[in-house]
Amino acid sequence: MKSNEDNPITTLISSIVAPFILLFGMYIIVHGHYSPGGGFQGGTMLAASVILIRLVLGSEVGQLQFNSTWGTPLGSLGVLIYFGTGLAAVFFGGTFLNYHFLPIAQEASMKRSLGILFVEIGVGLAVMAILIAVYDDLLGEEPDA
Amino acid sequence: MHWEIEITLFIVLILVALISLAVRNLLTAVVTLTVFSFAAALLYVVMGAIDVGFTEAVVGGGITGVLMVVLIFKTSRRSSD
Repeated sequence: MKSNEDNPITTLISSIVAPFILLFGMYIIVHGHYSPGGGFQGGTMLAASVILIRLVLGSEVGQLQFNSTWGTPLGSLGVLIYFGTGLAAVFFGGTFLNYHFLPIAQEASMKRSLGILFVEIGVGLAVMAILIAVYDDLLGEEPDA
Repeated sequence: MHWEIEITLFIVLILVALISLAVRNLLTAVVTLTVFSFAAALLYVVMGAIDVGFTEAVVGGGITGVLMVVLIFKTSRRSSD
């Protein structure tokens, strides 16, 4: 957004709070199969942290944290991780997203846990990248960045 | 079970919705809609749907308000009242 006059209170508070929001978002993504939360909520929280920095410190500082050109590739990578996990199960003889057929661990419970973790990471990455891309496209100020 | 909390949250929900409909300033309407989302999230948590309440709090209180404020700054009011 427009570079506002440097307000020390919002700058200080947002720069203190934003890393903790990022950390909590990653915690929610990783613990999505034990507790409430998951890929969508965690990804939204990561996007909220990045958007908070862009909102307070301006888009120029925000570009250093998350460049606008990364939005579509990271979103596509997240979708690719999701469908790659599902199609890997198909490739190794199961049905789509059947984690029991993934060749990533020995015991079945560990396979399902890691499979859900991959899917959650994919969903979180896609949601974060697309929400930041929506914000950047809504502003539409920096076509070169 | 928690009917007192539920009734309080429902009253807050309806009041905030009516305020956000009646107010003329769009920024105030966005803020009251965020309060609406937060009250709805608390209501979901009271009813036992923690996952839905969490999603409502994150999306409705975090992202939607920011996107609406950006849209307000990108548009302009036609009438000058």
